[in-house]
Amino acid sequence: MHMRMEENSKKTQSNMRQKAELFVFLFVFWVLLNGSVAFATLGVGAVVALSISMLSRRQMTFLTDFRYSPKAFWVTLQYLGFFFKELMKANLRLAKIVLSPSLPINPGFVKVRTTLKSPMGRLLLANSITLTPGTLTIEMEGEWLYVHWVSIGTSDVEGATKQIVAGFEQYLEVMYG
Amino acid sequence: MTAFLDIIGGLALVGGAVFLLLGGLGLNRMPDSFGRIQVGAKTTTLGTILVLTGAGFLQPDMALKLFLIGVFLLFTNPLSSQVLARAAKRMHAPEAPETVVDKYSEDHAETSEDEA
Repeated sequence: MHMRMEENSKKTQSNMRQKAELFVFLFVFWVLLNGSVAFATLGVGAVVALSISMLSRRQMTFLTDFRYSPKAFWVTLQYLGFFFKELMKANLRLAKIVLSPSLPINPGFVKVRTTLKSPMGRLLLANSITLTPGTLTIEMEGEWLYVHWVSIGTSDVEGATKQIVAGFEQYLEVMYG
Repeated sequence: MTAFLDIIGGLALVGGAVFLLLGGLGLNRMPDSFGRIQVGAKTTTLGTILVLTGAGFLQPDMALKLFLIGVFLLFTNPLSSQVLARAAKRMHAPEAPETVVDKYSEDHAETSEDEA
């Protein structure tokens, strides 16, 4: 009996957290979209965001599963820097491939494994892989990701995981777990 | 000062246009759907972000909205590419003859036979 009550209160707590996160997300988005902090704008935004977040359940936002610690915020910044660096690299490498007359590609589908547990962390990982040098996430099954690779480095699971996943995972691990 | 912003904005616009052009070229040159999706996912993301940045420098009033468009792009572009690629893979779209390994088909061999 006691245990069940504890479980229930835990559930309510995570439910509340989800609603609060959805509210913050919607409200910030609304304010950015309006580009004004007039009282009327803020008021309408707060009311609408509050009703939406109260009426909907199990929504995913950027904050879902996010770990609120100073370290996580700092790592988020590092992650963004790393991400844009990789995005630039991806484009330059593709540009080089596309512009070479011989079209030097060596494509294949490899399988990699992630240690991330949270859905949001996995989603960001899959998206990041798609936007980084030569890789494109195709399918995700539990902890396994299938990735199309334009020029294959190695086809074994551990090697590919190290080359494709490890760079992002170290950041996402701290941010989402 | 505005001249300076104009120059940066112009450079970003041209840079974005170059990447988008390369993306178009890549669509033509890549041998299979997956290669084309790869090119499409990466070049349109960076190209469009650079174009948005350039527009932001030229029209600072619009910067906030352009930034929001960029954020949306960063999330929707890879997702749509992934879904397209998955659909292509599931319906066994032809692959480039150069394809070296295919762990996906190795793991999904039985289900594809069931469907057929």
